[in-house]
Amino acid sequence: MAEKRHEKLGLSDQDVLDMFETMLLARKIDERMWLLNRAGKIPFVISCQGQEAAQIGAAFALDREKDWVAPYYRDLGIVLAFGMTAKDIMLSGFAKAEDPNSGGRQMPGHFGQRENRILTGSSPVTTQVPHAVGVALAGKMDGEDIVTYASFGEGSSNQGDFHEAANFAGVHKLPVILMCENNKYAISVPVSKQLACEKVSDRAIGYGMPGYTVDGNDPLAVYEVCKEAADRGRRGEGPTLVETVSYRLTPHSSDDDDRAYRSREEVEEAKKKDSIITFAAYLKENGVMSDEKEQEIQERIKKLVDEATEYAENADYAAPESAMNYVYGE
Amino acid sequence: MPVISYIQAVTQALREEMQRDKDVFVLGEDVGVRGGVFRATDGLYEEFGEARVIDTPLAESAIAGVGIGAAMYGKRPVAEMQFADFIMPAVNQIISEAAKIRYRSNNDFYCPITIRAPYGGGVHGALYHSQSVEAIFASVPGLKIVMPSTPYDVKGLLKAAIRDDDPVLFFEHKRAYRLIKGEVPEEDYTLPIGKADVKREGEDITVITYGLSVHFALQAAEKLEKDGISAHILDLRTVYPLDKDAIIEAASKTGKVLLITEDNKEGSIMSEVAAIISEHCLFDLDAPIKRLAGPDVPAMPYSPPMEKYFMINPDKVEKAMRELAEF
Repeated sequence: MAEKRHEKLGLSDQDVLDMFETMLLARKIDERMWLLNRAGKIPFVISCQGQEAAQIGAAFALDREKDWVAPYYRDLGIVLAFGMTAKDIMLSGFAKAEDPNSGGRQMPGHFGQRENRILTGSSPVTTQVPHAVGVALAGKMDGEDIVTYASFGEGSSNQGDFHEAANFAGVHKLPVILMCENNKYAISVPVSKQLACEKVSDRAIGYGMPGYTVDGNDPLAVYEVCKEAADRGRRGEGPTLVETVSYRLTPHSSDDDDRAYRSREEVEEAKKKDSIITFAAYLKENGVMSDEKEQEIQERIKKLVDEATEYAENADYAAPESAMNYVYGE
Repeated sequence: MPVISYIQAVTQALREEMQRDKDVFVLGEDVGVRGGVFRATDGLYEEFGEARVIDTPLAESAIAGVGIGAAMYGKRPVAEMQFADFIMPAVNQIISEAAKIRYRSNNDFYCPITIRAPYGGGVHGALYHSQSVEAIFASVPGLKIVMPSTPYDVKGLLKAAIRDDDPVLFFEHKRAYRLIKGEVPEEDYTLPIGKADVKREGEDITVITYGLSVHFALQAAEKLEKDGISAHILDLRTVYPLDKDAIIEAASKTGKVLLITEDNKEGSIMSEVAAIISEHCLFDLDAPIKRLAGPDVPAMPYSPPMEKYFMINPDKVEKAMRELAEF
């Protein structure tokens, strides 16, 4: 029997099952957040849907015991793979005191958790890219074998901070993976009005690093290129720009209505390539996942999400006057 | 005790902190081989090497942003903005990121970065090499802004800034770099951030100021003394957050207050100082609060007569102090 794609990449059957389960967990948490939002229980959602394969492919290519990530607001898959739990995410959705990201101070999608080396993020886009470069610089100074990951959208790849940080990382040959999750829309504005070049990865040459564009619906393709990028970084050969191309399956956020700027046909067409479906099909075709196994995973995740939702909904808010805390060290 | 210049105190503090803590490093434009365009990092590259004295690409947002990332990791970066005027591309990193990292992460992360920048006029620097930029940052909780006036304060406060667990903007008056000299102990010491300092005790009028204007006020006070006018001079040293207790005490002591800033007047540090005094000291005041500041024009011009017209100087300070005393 011919070697399977994931085996060629050094991934075991269990590895790819774990990848699928983490992708599905991200999707199911995200879907639940929308339900809660539409039911009036949480004020806001911003989605990872359509980008799970890219995120999980990248996360599994990193060393999740020591590497650092500077995720952007859609990177639910990344932070789950780096140790955040469904409960943590739901606590953030409900803005409760126990939310490890911010204690309910920030909107959902503004991740951060020091113990899992997830840098705290903000809303102005792309500011996290120089932070990832700074962590890589500090790690290099200390002789630590760490790689850092920063992600952002294709619209954000126009920001000065992307270009300044990419150049800094290139000049200093720092072990950074700059990953653009190209989902074809920056809110309503399509790629054609964002980029003067054909691909985001075309920008890499200006900063002395290789740039790759890969299918963002294929977690194995993303894993392969990110693994090579991480290895390059560890070898001291510098940063890599990875562009994953997929599609934003939801509106920009719970406050957006995407019918104003894209056709239903286009969205339906993209859903056919949904990685949750296509990766499940790959696992089944290759005898890695039986229908029973899939059912078992689905049930495990549903239970996790149900429990997380119930816990977070019933958890306490932080005391109002705690808004005064932690402006400075206390 | 050795007498050194204001800029030598900067270099001494940086060197000692880098010797003391391997996590301290400096980054900025021309800070390495050249030792800084003002020579503030002179000799550091030779002593600590290129890994800890980093000549960065010419991109201020990256200088701040990379420093912030390293600070979140656990380093103590000292980032240099070549001129305070050029801090503008880094404002998003400073205000949206550094200032809010502790707060937004509910104390999970903190950001011990120091950002140094030379500010101030009187060096023929024109619009973009002379500005005072502190007011932009002085309503941003999470930041601290230090603006020392003497070499002694520079050394003690820069060391405190580097050891501080929160982001500190450390603005150095570039005209003071070589003009102002003073006694500085060779040994290690720090001074508290957030505390103003009485630079001269007096009874008749109070002057509250910071930076180079402290020296102008001290010179004027000597002249006024001969005419029987005793001036009390408070050096803010930290302009954000302000030392309210010290301001209230100094204003109440004489009841006549002159506030001096080299920045343009509207929305300046002194606007907030005036508000604090009017909130707390109304019944102690014997004269309206008086402010002496740069005019409300975009920045000081290059032409020497126009620059002189804009700048605070000893004569303007003396005149304002006399007027207040005679009120």
